[in-house]
Amino acid sequence: MLKQYETVFIATPVLSDAQMKEAVAKYTDFIKSNGGEIVYEEDWGLKQLAYPIQHKTSGFYYLIEFKAEPEFVANLEIQYKRDERILRFLTVALDKDAVAYAEHRREMKAAKKNAPAPAAEAPKAEEVEDVTEYDVEPVETKED
Amino acid sequence: MAQNDNVRYLNPPTVEVRKKKYCRFKKAGIKYVDYKDPEFLKKFLNEQGKILPRRITGTSLKFQRKVAQAVKRARSLALLPYVTDLLK
Repeated sequence: MLKQYETVFIATPVLSDAQMKEAVAKYTDFIKSNGGEIVYEEDWGLKQLAYPIQHKTSGFYYLIEFKAEPEFVANLEIQYKRDERILRFLTVALDKDAVAYAEHRREMKAAKKNAPAPAAEAPKAEEVEDVTEYDVEPVETKED
Repeated sequence: MAQNDNVRYLNPPTVEVRKKKYCRFKKAGIKYVDYKDPEFLKKFLNEQGKILPRRITGTSLKFQRKVAQAVKRARSLALLPYVTDLLK
């Protein structure tokens, strides 16, 4: 039976965009080719680390939610360990509350993505801009 | 008996009216503590990045365990520091 997991990895900041995409593709393909399915992907971009890892102070974060057999996770982590580009990784099994939270979070992200677009489109009319700002703010508080 | 009724204090007796602590997760109906949100988890840390005890935050045991788990995951992903000064 497929179980839902979530994995976050930190790649070295020296990678170019193309290399980063390649690294992501490697893991998504690896999940798919082993009978898993990708539920959601999220690129957090280059982030400052809270403490240095391998003498690096920043890294590319990438989140993948997927469904797979429990035995597969160990294989995925072996792949991570063999990969020099990966500074850190964390794979977590999602229980039913976590799945509900993840779905909610995804919806919020989608809503946030859609919300700034109209604000950016109509910067000329000041009144319209004010209204859209109020629309955006409650969304942010709900997320907490 | 009548004398007791007439007792007067120079200073009004200090009565401590303490606000009852509550578990914010139970109150807000949060069921899952997310390790990916360091700003939220910082509410449960002191300035050195240590996890605050339940007696201060008022979190119920069930959620204190989940908070601790989430903080530790966030630390291993370098979203939160293990040790620091002046976190806030």
